[in-house]
Amino acid sequence: MSALPLLGVWLGGWALNIWLARFDTRATRALVAVIFGATIVILWEMAVRIYAIPTVILPAPSQIADSFVANRSILWTDFVQTILRGALTGWVIGALAAILTAIAIDRSPFLQRGLLPIGNFVAALPIVGIAPILVMWFGFDWQSKAAVVVVMVFFPILVNMVAGLKATDPMQRDLMASWAAPYGASLWKLRLPAAMPFLFNGLKITTTLALIGAIVAEFFGSPTRGMGFRISTAVGRLDLPLVWAEIVVAALAGTLFYGLVALIEKKVTFWHPSQRT
Amino acid sequence: MTDAVLNAPAARRLRLSTGDLVPILTVLLVIMAIWYVAAIRMNATWERDQAARAGVELTLPDLVSRTLSQDRPILPTPHQVAQGLWEGVTGQPVTSRRSLVWHGWVTLSATLAGFAIGTGAGILLAVGIVHSRSMDQSVMPWAVASQTVPILAIAPMVIVVLASTGITGLLPKAVIAAWLSFFPVLVGMVKGLRTPDAMQLDQLRSWSAGRAQIFWHLRLPSSLPYLFASLKVAIAAALVGTIVAELPSGATAGLGARLLSGSYYGQTVQIWSALFAAAILAGVLVALVGLIERATLSRMGLTR
Repeated sequence: MSALPLLGVWLGGWALNIWLARFDTRATRALVAVIFGATIVILWEMAVRIYAIPTVILPAPSQIADSFVANRSILWTDFVQTILRGALTGWVIGALAAILTAIAIDRSPFLQRGLLPIGNFVAALPIVGIAPILVMWFGFDWQSKAAVVVVMVFFPILVNMVAGLKATDPMQRDLMASWAAPYGASLWKLRLPAAMPFLFNGLKITTTLALIGAIVAEFFGSPTRGMGFRISTAVGRLDLPLVWAEIVVAALAGTLFYGLVALIEKKVTFWHPSQRT
Repeated sequence: MTDAVLNAPAARRLRLSTGDLVPILTVLLVIMAIWYVAAIRMNATWERDQAARAGVELTLPDLVSRTLSQDRPILPTPHQVAQGLWEGVTGQPVTSRRSLVWHGWVTLSATLAGFAIGTGAGILLAVGIVHSRSMDQSVMPWAVASQTVPILAIAPMVIVVLASTGITGLLPKAVIAAWLSFFPVLVGMVKGLRTPDAMQLDQLRSWSAGRAQIFWHLRLPSSLPYLFASLKVAIAAALVGTIVAELPSGATAGLGARLLSGSYYGQTVQIWSALFAAAILAGVLVALVGLIERATLSRMGLTR
């Protein structure tokens, strides 16, 4: 019997979405996604209350929101420590290093043939595993987290960037050559712009990787702040609403980070077919 | 992205003059050389301190030989790691708690379970999304959003919470692995199931094929190349998920647990051999999927 209201809400949201989905405009599409998300949150809240699920297993969204508001200052310190110092610094350094390496090996087919298979192999490895080693080398503070992030984001960006630098066709390169363009000019005016869609693909993939690297590295040792530190200590005290509040912060940060990169991509690669709406 | 490299025919790669073997070996040799030099430099400080304490003057050959054979080096040398791997695999019976084979099996079983769950969920969702517009509009944005959540970072918490409700062992780790592997499969399958063009769909309609027939005879076969490409990404992701899920303290089995206990006791060689065991496992799994892919697609006449 107690499942009836849950079922009702679910079917109601579903029916509304089926009706809305027929219009297929930009506004209704956004609305459909929002309704789906809201349905899930309402169902979650209802399920926790109806079945009296203990907080330790799954706190209700309302409890998480309360904890979020109450612990604003803690969450902010953790956000700065983990996301801004650890993840962002590492991501920027790793991306720059990968782009420069890609341009360097782009001139040598030999290096490409040797490095790319290895790069692809390394990109598929559980690189998170180097976190304990780098924490030993660089100490407990954010520098070691940034180092983990650098290694994690380097290979995916490198592989994408090298593929991007190859993404011009012979006709375009011949045109550059017929204008007697030196290597630098042809790189700057033709091949770098052509590589942008590939580069941004790599950058978007690695936004999440950067957050993961920074948070996981904190499990191996951290100062007394940071999201990984807070999650592991709060679990120990069974303060689950705080843990979930951290997860909400991580999710928001991840979405924002990804959204920002996607926005810059739209501005930079406005000419690419995939950006046409 | 990685397709071009992964799908290169093995024969072409192993040809000496034009193939990739020589460049790959060269790069590997350079990496080895850099590694040895770095090991000497990073381990030298400790040796110098020891020598200074004992009041001995270290000659250079002495210093080099000592830095390459420390018990707990800051950076183990390649041959120490290889030795650690060899001893971990052959040094004791496979069932021993010190055997890397045993820990590898713990990790592998959870990885495969999670991979199976994730792949199944991804394919089912993709079929639903392709056939239902409302599902496409409501599920797809959230599937994308779910990937911006650093799930790996909260994996240990999921494990702890599930353990407090009495669910331990393989299943929680498999859940994390499934969460990571479902997304690549979902995206690849949606793309693959939508590859048939209007011409082919019209052809089937003119034979008055139903939705189910269109799915089985046209959409599913044409999606396979995309599916396999995603499976390679997914199985690597599932392995990473399992290893991180083994990190919370209290985990005693699996390659992730070996990493953690190594870092607690400063056993650097143990960390590195666990790391390399994980790398080899990842390589083998991806290669296996690649083999199945080649066999399947060539039987279907889909190899490019």
